[in-house]
Amino acid sequence: MNYETVIGMEVHVELETAAKMFCRCRAHHFQIPPNSHICPVCTSQPGSLPVINGRAIELTVMTGMALNCQIRRHSVFDRKNYVYPDLPKGYQISQYGEPLCEEGWIEMRVDGGETGRSLRRVGIVRVHLEEDTGKLVHSGNSSLVDYNRAGVPLMEIVSDSSLRSSEEACEYVQKIRQLVRYLGASSGDMEKGAMRCEANISVRPTGSVDFGTKVEVKNLNSFRSVRNAIDYEVKRQIETLEEGGSVRQVTMGWDENDGFTREQRSKEYDDDYRYFPEPDLKAVDLSDDWIEAVRSRLPELADARAPRFQSEFGLTAEEAALLTEDQALAAYYEEAASKPGADPKQVSNWIVGQLFRRLKEEEITIEEVQIRPDELVELIGLVKDGTINQTAAREVFDRMWEKDAASPTRIVEELGLKQLSDSGELEQAVAAVIAENPDAVKKIKTGNEKPIQFLMGQVMRATRGKANPQLVQELVRRQISG
Amino acid sequence: MTPLLVSDVALNELTACDVIQRVRSGETSSVEVTQSVLDRIESAEPTLNAFVSVDVERALARAESIDKRRSRGEELGDLAGVPIAVKDVICVRGGRTTCGSRILEHYVAPYDATVIERLHQADAVLVGKTNMDEFAMGSSCENSFFGPTRNPADPDRVPGGSSGGSAAAVAAHETILALGSDTGGSVRQPAGYCGVVGLKPTYGRVSRYGLVAFASSLDQIGPVAKDVADAALLLSVIAGHDSRDATSVDEAVPDYPQKLTGEVEGLKVGLAEEHFGAGLDEEIRSAVEETARRLEEQGAEIVSPLSLEVAANPDYCIGAYYIIATAEASANLSRYDGVKFGFRHRGRSDGRADLLEMYRQSRSSGFGAEVKRRIMLGTYVLSAGYYEAYYLEAQKVRTLIRRDFEKAFARCDVLLSPVAPTTAFPIGEQIDDPLQMYLNDVYTVSVNLAGIPGISVPAATSSEGLPIGVQLLAAPFREEALLQAARAVELGLPSIPTPMRS
Repeated sequence: MNYETVIGMEVHVELETAAKMFCRCRAHHFQIPPNSHICPVCTSQPGSLPVINGRAIELTVMTGMALNCQIRRHSVFDRKNYVYPDLPKGYQISQYGEPLCEEGWIEMRVDGGETGRSLRRVGIVRVHLEEDTGKLVHSGNSSLVDYNRAGVPLMEIVSDSSLRSSEEACEYVQKIRQLVRYLGASSGDMEKGAMRCEANISVRPTGSVDFGTKVEVKNLNSFRSVRNAIDYEVKRQIETLEEGGSVRQVTMGWDENDGFTREQRSKEYDDDYRYFPEPDLKAVDLSDDWIEAVRSRLPELADARAPRFQSEFGLTAEEAALLTEDQALAAYYEEAASKPGADPKQVSNWIVGQLFRRLKEEEITIEEVQIRPDELVELIGLVKDGTINQTAAREVFDRMWEKDAASPTRIVEELGLKQLSDSGELEQAVAAVIAENPDAVKKIKTGNEKPIQFLMGQVMRATRGKANPQLVQELVRRQISG
Repeated sequence: MTPLLVSDVALNELTACDVIQRVRSGETSSVEVTQSVLDRIESAEPTLNAFVSVDVERALARAESIDKRRSRGEELGDLAGVPIAVKDVICVRGGRTTCGSRILEHYVAPYDATVIERLHQADAVLVGKTNMDEFAMGSSCENSFFGPTRNPADPDRVPGGSSGGSAAAVAAHETILALGSDTGGSVRQPAGYCGVVGLKPTYGRVSRYGLVAFASSLDQIGPVAKDVADAALLLSVIAGHDSRDATSVDEAVPDYPQKLTGEVEGLKVGLAEEHFGAGLDEEIRSAVEETARRLEEQGAEIVSPLSLEVAANPDYCIGAYYIIATAEASANLSRYDGVKFGFRHRGRSDGRADLLEMYRQSRSSGFGAEVKRRIMLGTYVLSAGYYEAYYLEAQKVRTLIRRDFEKAFARCDVLLSPVAPTTAFPIGEQIDDPLQMYLNDVYTVSVNLAGIPGISVPAATSSEGLPIGVQLLAAPFREEALLQAARAVELGLPSIPTPMRS
């Protein structure tokens, strides 16, 4: 029997606010001493009270808007009651019945269709705001708890169940990551835990309209985990059904090291979180004016930027997609491509070629690059006007990469890389090379063009790569035939 | 020790207004007043047990520094040198805050509540923390891990609760002022039982930051004082918006003491017929009626009968109150799990690590019976399948109660009612009958559900010599009217019924 996979994703995104969700502690918690960003509120000291961080509301609403959601004018925080040592209050302040954003969608390209790739719309059920928990550190026979992360704003984005494969789920998560990065809402770094996923997975016979029993898989903290866990779970469910068994509704945890899902708890006794409205907080009432002000601050997102780059800068769809993948990169490109006299196509080539190469080599992001967009344009200009050749330009580029604020023109001067376009000087170099290689000259004279490249290379070597290649070729031909 | 006498009144028996005047003028020092209060604590505590902790050194050091500042000619704050006791449910940095519970027996708060900061700024002298029903759950002050507090008027009787320690301490002159907290009558009822003034402000009038939560949507800190003027003064110090409490309201704070004249000419005083139904002690009924008559004599207009169909119906208000209060409490008390602070049981008897067992044992032996009863009740009413039938229904009743009061206050400025159906009852009488105990709150809980202000003011003495208080209620943020009427009640009395004298 053939089976269809049905997946819905829950993506938790840590918001990049300066302060935590309900207190003024710094939200930053990565690699700092345990329990150093804590206060009476986020450690739930008796008598402490939460106060909403308005920036977190704004970022969540922005995300909701970017996901084409309805923004609730009236939204409520609730208490979600459960007990665990990493949850200081014994309840998590979250949103249940009236979340900030509901009923949206996101579009993404997926495999399939006539062109091989087709546009798919994935429904967003809700986007709500809650607080993160602390972290448990297990050592030997005891466990320690670190509350630095407790109370960090956490946004949860819940999709509908229209994803059909692990590839689609990964594509979806990537789109979400791109979106929150564009919005400046989160770093989206899965390896740092800033984005964490859960998948609700079920299978059903192809053509069936009824859903199969769904299994919730938690702890998907990398793209690899998302892919592997879904593939594993789908296989497990199909095998279970094929063997005549039935899938039980359970919560599983994905173990990336061992590569399998492990049952965490049975859903047969449904968790009762005893949600009720958080009495320490007032409902969040958003005015139309406020919502419109936030909407007006929404940055242009990748889905709008890529086609604009194509038409405005004459890029191919592939180039535009590459350059808009990351918000900072797109901004970098756009700044460079828009400089007076800049050649947008060349700028794209340089970024996709040289810049990407160095980013990859050094595992850094565009934000950390020293070369300013105007300097890159200047460098490209030096090639275009014949001041330097491509080889020298690459050398200059590498120098610019390492040096702070040095203009390419100055580097060219410092290194003496200025292209030799003076025919007098070049004539001598060419003459010397011709004199040293009579065999090659003989071959050329008999109509074999191949050694011309060799002779040119010799000239380039003699001039330490500075010679204008076109001029060299011209001179070689002229001197041989002359 | 002989009490320090100034014109034949012991210093500890002065009102706050008197103390401030004397300290400011230099007639008396804050150290003298504080010492006199501490002496009284020493002599009365073996009987009363109104305090959980008294910090003699800290209080005297504080008083001394205030006296020094005065002698240097510095301007002192609004509570210049006045000793104050604070219910042990309000956090004071560096000292124990127990909430009357074993689970917080050794808990030291790392921060000051907002009201404590304001008291410090006003130059009050904190003498100690007062006893209470565990986590403010109770109406008799018998539910304390540190033993019951006794009523100064009759040590065989309860002082009321849950702020029984604060009310008893003020009544017995163990302090000049006190703070209590009122979730369903916990300031007003003990004030009534002990013969002092107790005020529950409008919800949001006083910051709850640092008040250990029982029921967040109902809790409010309030003054306990010897007279209305002192209550007005203390309210003016602690009231006001606080950015650390999202439920505190940004409303200007009137100068309550300044405006307090007791002038009630034309003030409309409403009497709700449901407040005088079955179960009300006859002496209390006549005390309320007598108070109404005197107010009328002073120029007030009596509006009667008024109806509070829902707000004064015990079936509705007691039911809704115990559902909402316990639901919130069940979550508020989840944090006491032995992990972060407070009492921790080691769990399994064989010493092996077992988180669940540690939780279970810590909470089982850390909490008292009444607290456990309410956690269970609250957990139940929030459970899947019951939430709609209990919690949601209770919220609807709450809305109706609010509307009931709105209608009433469209016709009158203040409502006059009993505080409790009886006078202070003997210790142990109701401890095994929680439902009977809950009925003590019949006149007070609606006020918290509606979020309106209320005050309890002494109005008579029973044939058994026990204090009888009356309650006045007003619309939100109309504390001024409340205080004015309460002052008139005071003025109308033939002589102010005096609590137990030194």
